[in-house]
Amino acid sequence: MPELLVYVTLVLVAVGATMVVRTREPSAQAVVLGGYGLLLSLLFVLLQAPDVALSQIAVGTAVVPLMVLLTVRAIARHRRQR
Amino acid sequence: MNRTTRLVLFLLGAGVFAVVFVVAAFGLPDFGAAVHTYRDASVPAALDRATPNVVSALVFDQRGIDTLGEVTIVFGSVLGAATLLRLAQDERTGPDADEPTPLPVARLFGFVLLPVALVLGVNVVVHGHLTPGGGFQGGVVLATGLHLLYVAGSYRALRRVRPLSWYHYAEAAGTGAYVLVGCAGLVAGQRFLANFLPLGETGALFSSGTVAVLSVAVGLEVAGGVVILLAQFLQQAISVSTERTPS
Repeated sequence: MPELLVYVTLVLVAVGATMVVRTREPSAQAVVLGGYGLLLSLLFVLLQAPDVALSQIAVGTAVVPLMVLLTVRAIARHRRQR
Repeated sequence: MNRTTRLVLFLLGAGVFAVVFVVAAFGLPDFGAAVHTYRDASVPAALDRATPNVVSALVFDQRGIDTLGEVTIVFGSVLGAATLLRLAQDERTGPDADEPTPLPVARLFGFVLLPVALVLGVNVVVHGHLTPGGGFQGGVVLATGLHLLYVAGSYRALRRVRPLSWYHYAEAAGTGAYVLVGCAGLVAGQRFLANFLPLGETGALFSSGTVAVLSVAVGLEVAGGVVILLAQFLQQAISVSTERTPS
């Protein structure tokens, strides 16, 4: 039943996206966003788009959360110095 | 514009978009359907050029000009971010902030995965025409993989293996190579970004003509660009300090 798997993952992606929006603290949100990116790439694999899944993992789960976390850290550092 | 006007405007836009989107979605061919005009045109064209990864054939051959646009977007975005994050007049790079030593587990994990990530990145870039992935995906894997050295080791260790100018050259060389390969198509008497190179045997490493070459060019550009981007963020987070202005 590959279609059932697609539906289950679609629901998981919707739940994950809601969790990302509901997480208000930026550094926590970056981590939740990374987890959501993994769910999304799983959906892409199930829909037979491995190229898109690879891009999603690389950008959505590695680069973007990393940039957000570094930004949060830079802001905290600059605030301390003031 | 007050709150109510904004809300009404948003609801109008969202409503129209929702209706049009649903109508359009119902007009799509069924998922996995037997008849698919675009597939029937593009898959034979890809196999004809000895490119088993049809997505790469689309990206680097059939839609090569679109990808030139995307390559330019990546180049411009990295340039813009680097310009925004450069040292401002009242900023100095000072000694690195004190960092807690990473957990032993993180160190082990990082040092074991560092070579794996780098090999995987190169693998994804050079096999772009054969297996899922290509220059963009492999380039990002390479760039983020390199930063395992920061996770497992230290910022100093990362800086030592990362003379930033190399990555500037890599990004520029990758972008330039893409345009040059495009122009070479004209010189060869065909169109811009034509697949003019010998196609080779399907499945071989050196095959698919310009697809593999362009994939490597994009890999070089993206790996360089992402490293530069993350370097700017790292610098701001770790070693930049704002000078106190005398009051």
